[in-house]
Amino acid sequence: MSDASINTKTVDAGYGDAGFGDYFALLKPRVMSLVVFTAFVGLLAAPGVVHPMIGFASILFIAVGGGASGALNMWWDADIDAVMKRTKSRPVPAGRIGADEAKALGITLSVFAVVMLWLASNIVAAGLLAFTIFFYVVIYTMWLKRWTPQNIVIGGASGAFPPMIGWAVATGGISVESVLMFAIIFVWTPPHFWALCLFMNSDYEKAGVPMLTVTHGRRVTRNHILAYTLVLVPIAIGAGFTSIGGPIYLAVAVVLNALFLIGAFRIWRRSEDAAVADKYRVEKKFFALSLFYLFGHFGAIMAQAALAPYGIGGW
Amino acid sequence: MALGVGNTMSFREEHELHKRRFGRNVGLGVVLGSFVALVFGLTIAKVTSGDLAIQPATQSATQNEVSQ
Repeated sequence: MSDASINTKTVDAGYGDAGFGDYFALLKPRVMSLVVFTAFVGLLAAPGVVHPMIGFASILFIAVGGGASGALNMWWDADIDAVMKRTKSRPVPAGRIGADEAKALGITLSVFAVVMLWLASNIVAAGLLAFTIFFYVVIYTMWLKRWTPQNIVIGGASGAFPPMIGWAVATGGISVESVLMFAIIFVWTPPHFWALCLFMNSDYEKAGVPMLTVTHGRRVTRNHILAYTLVLVPIAIGAGFTSIGGPIYLAVAVVLNALFLIGAFRIWRRSEDAAVADKYRVEKKFFALSLFYLFGHFGAIMAQAALAPYGIGGW
Repeated sequence: MALGVGNTMSFREEHELHKRRFGRNVGLGVVLGSFVALVFGLTIAKVTSGDLAIQPATQSATQNEVSQ
């Protein structure tokens, strides 16, 4: 093989020439940041003391597990990612990383994260992480996403597990509080994503993903957003009366849930013509509020846990 | 050695690709180094917090007697 042939091959190769940032992007760092935040809150809010090093390592392995499932999602969904504007620049559809490479990385990191979390903390936390990865990759990505408009509802469970895993790292088990943290994210996910779908509909339609807006129309989607918000409010406020709650959490929850309910009601009341006329201003505002809503609730749980040793907050 | 100018250039020329590969190698090196440090830190934490303490034989025997 001549020097020239080596050079020509490598320059033209495409796959295998990705930078480090491309591999990092494969792990969906934005999703990972939410996983880290909610898992950390679960860990902090749980009773008992965890060695900081064990806590840090556990959160890291939870994040790696979340990232691994993101890589597997990109492997499986490479075809539809290539069609959607929002996702077509991802490493696999853009051709910087091969789909098989994404699969190999995803499987390797999944096993690595689960085993390391087990060694660092306990089998319950590791088992929950393994189930989360399985749920996101097999149940959501491979099965529900392309099959039912309820994909977001059931698939949302995978995004709701991290605080439960964090709680399990500290306690070695599951409790009402950790289930409530799960429930907040689980019921919050549908209105959050459906609001996004209302102003990103054409993209999902093009990719053939059966989002509620595509299969049942926007009127039904608006009804669903309000219905799920009505279910979410008592769960979010109810959590304030458990050991993870307290006056700070309750105050934040009441304000945020009132705003969320008003936003959902406005979306429900609106006609499609009105939404098109102002370029989905209310829907976009509701979507932004939904991000703040989740951050606010988990931030308040974290504040309660952080202030508890000083006798402030907590019941 | 009688290497042509073109051939020598193809090895030494700094292509954008080589920068990316270098970045990838450095990144992987940092990740592996951090993992070693993390495992070391975890080991220290586990040992000092008593998670890895081996039960004394006498204590285990007593526990067995009680359970029987």
